[in-house]
Amino acid sequence: MGFDPEFSRALARQGWVGLTLPKQYGGHDATSFERFVVSEELLAAGAPVSAHWIADRQSAPLILRHGAESQKQRYLPAIAAGEMYFCIGMSEPDSGSDLASVRTRADRQSDGRWRLNGRKVWTTNADRCHAMIALVRTDPASERHAGLSQVIVDLDLPGVTIRPIRDISGHEHFNEVTFDDVILEADALVGTAGEGWAQATSELAFERSGPERFLSALTLFRCLTEAVGRSPDARQAVEIGRLGAWLVALRAMSISVTGQLAGGQDPVWAASCVKDLGTGYEQDTVETAIRLIDSLPETDQARTTRRVLAVTQGMAPSFSLRGGTREILRGILARGLGVR
Amino acid sequence: MRAMFQESVERLFADAVDAETLRLAETGAWSDSLWAQMEALGLPLAAVSEDLGGIGASWTDLFPVIRACGSSAVPAPLPETLVANALLSACGIAPPESGVTVFAAGDAVSVLRGLPWGRQARWLVLHDTTRGRLGLHDMTGAAVEHDVNVAGEPRDAVILASGSLVSDAAFDGPPDTVRLSGALIRSAQIAGALGRLTEMSAQYANERIQFGRPIGKFQAVQQQLALLATQAAAAGAVAEAAFMQARRTPHFATTASAKAVAGEAAGRGAAIAHAVHGALGFTHEHSLHFLTRRLWAWRTEYGSDARWSERLGRLIADAGEDGLWPFITETLKERPQP
Repeated sequence: MGFDPEFSRALARQGWVGLTLPKQYGGHDATSFERFVVSEELLAAGAPVSAHWIADRQSAPLILRHGAESQKQRYLPAIAAGEMYFCIGMSEPDSGSDLASVRTRADRQSDGRWRLNGRKVWTTNADRCHAMIALVRTDPASERHAGLSQVIVDLDLPGVTIRPIRDISGHEHFNEVTFDDVILEADALVGTAGEGWAQATSELAFERSGPERFLSALTLFRCLTEAVGRSPDARQAVEIGRLGAWLVALRAMSISVTGQLAGGQDPVWAASCVKDLGTGYEQDTVETAIRLIDSLPETDQARTTRRVLAVTQGMAPSFSLRGGTREILRGILARGLGVR
Repeated sequence: MRAMFQESVERLFADAVDAETLRLAETGAWSDSLWAQMEALGLPLAAVSEDLGGIGASWTDLFPVIRACGSSAVPAPLPETLVANALLSACGIAPPESGVTVFAAGDAVSVLRGLPWGRQARWLVLHDTTRGRLGLHDMTGAAVEHDVNVAGEPRDAVILASGSLVSDAAFDGPPDTVRLSGALIRSAQIAGALGRLTEMSAQYANERIQFGRPIGKFQAVQQQLALLATQAAAAGAVAEAAFMQARRTPHFATTASAKAVAGEAAGRGAAIAHAVHGALGFTHEHSLHFLTRRLWAWRTEYGSDARWSERLGRLIADAGEDGLWPFITETLKERPQP
């Protein structure tokens, strides 16, 4: 996904950012289903939506649900205008799948402000975002899930250092963010101190269930569809049809989770289902392309497909890492079945 | 209407279908009382329009009924009779008030093979695709040769008696209506069976102790259970979507997707359930096989996953690069009720 502030602002002028936010905060009072349709079409078209994506998807709903009135007024209209971009501050160098072990600390000072120290990592677009919602430990005596809170960190504050991390394809879209005695105002806290774990978990339902969890390889699928030609042989048809059938199933599941989110439910289990299957599907699209690549008639389309395959293949391992690894999701799913 | 159906069938099946019923059914036993109770609830005629004696339920309303037939492995052709009567209704033919009705494609003089529950059927709805007509036939006097699928469910060879035709009408549905309708009901039955397998496997993993603790404590087992649950959820979601899209006849692309996905899920899900249940689940005494063998059977009936994928793939390839996304979104589009 490309990062293009001009595109994000234009999209906002069209009324397609902050769709589900209330009008009083610059939103459009639209339903989650309307937002789903817009999200899907943007992803399917390969639009450069990454600037506003996280703010629109999860930061704004989080602030709307848990934030103070002053936070809503400060952040939501700017998000809905496509002008303010957020990143996610969850993982740390020593806290990956074991998120409850986060050590970044925000200590409350006598003047009510917070002193932030620690390090977040794998933070997508941190170098180009305005703010991060970070999961931090606010009770120094606490352990594990207790004593965690979420704070909004404006990334241009003194003491914030952002260092890009190069991925296996050579791209630098994720970062390490270091906090060195960063002073946050008293109102940086989102929601309730000590409730950070529950807040972050419900935030993840937005992150795990949307169409981006199964559309990352759609461009490759589109290319293959064209490259096999109008009259595919039986093997090509089976492979193409299989990708189509599972895409239909994943959309049905994702729309059902959207319905639960719209109804105010917290579909963590169902969202984990979508992500586990969806990321597996995206990776399977790469496998399918590899099985078919030699069978494609030698055309410009076949050459394009090879290039798209190479790009998608380079990203594919991250599909089942970002937003919760496959193994962690499956643990959540098993617990949801009552197995402990 | 949907919630009412769901509640009444789940209660009925919980009371009337147990392992002993299923064991007896496999030896050829037939429960008149189970069928009578389903008729008393109005289920076989539920999809028939009100002016033809039914209650005009939509396929969305009926999804939980057919899914429950799968999860309870109901030894009676309620899904088949629902479809058969709905097809009659779609042609304006009043369905019989009572009795098992099954459906097939073919003509009245040839052998009809693999007919579900042919030996129990009182009526047959036959789609003559060459003439574009749908006929209601009386099964009285038909020659029936018994056969079964891998789950021991009746799949008989039938030759109708002469003069079996009761009434017929022109039918403008697609030529593969029988296969599509069969795929539709099997996808829901598979989803139901996978849902039950998930519950059974999770429960067993909590009860079975090895190495001093329940096997569900082991991550290897948890990961398998999660995989089973996602396969069940995928099959359930796509089957339900196909039911929501069905009108007089099923929607092709959504139903093809449902049967393709449910078929694959059936294979994976049954394998995991057996892995979790170990050798105990491989015994005839355990009731696991009533579901897993049905999953194997239903996966291949009315077209395997590969067959439906191939048909779907040809349509997608024909739509080309720019046609792909519209093709996919069209499968779940809101459609007016008739």
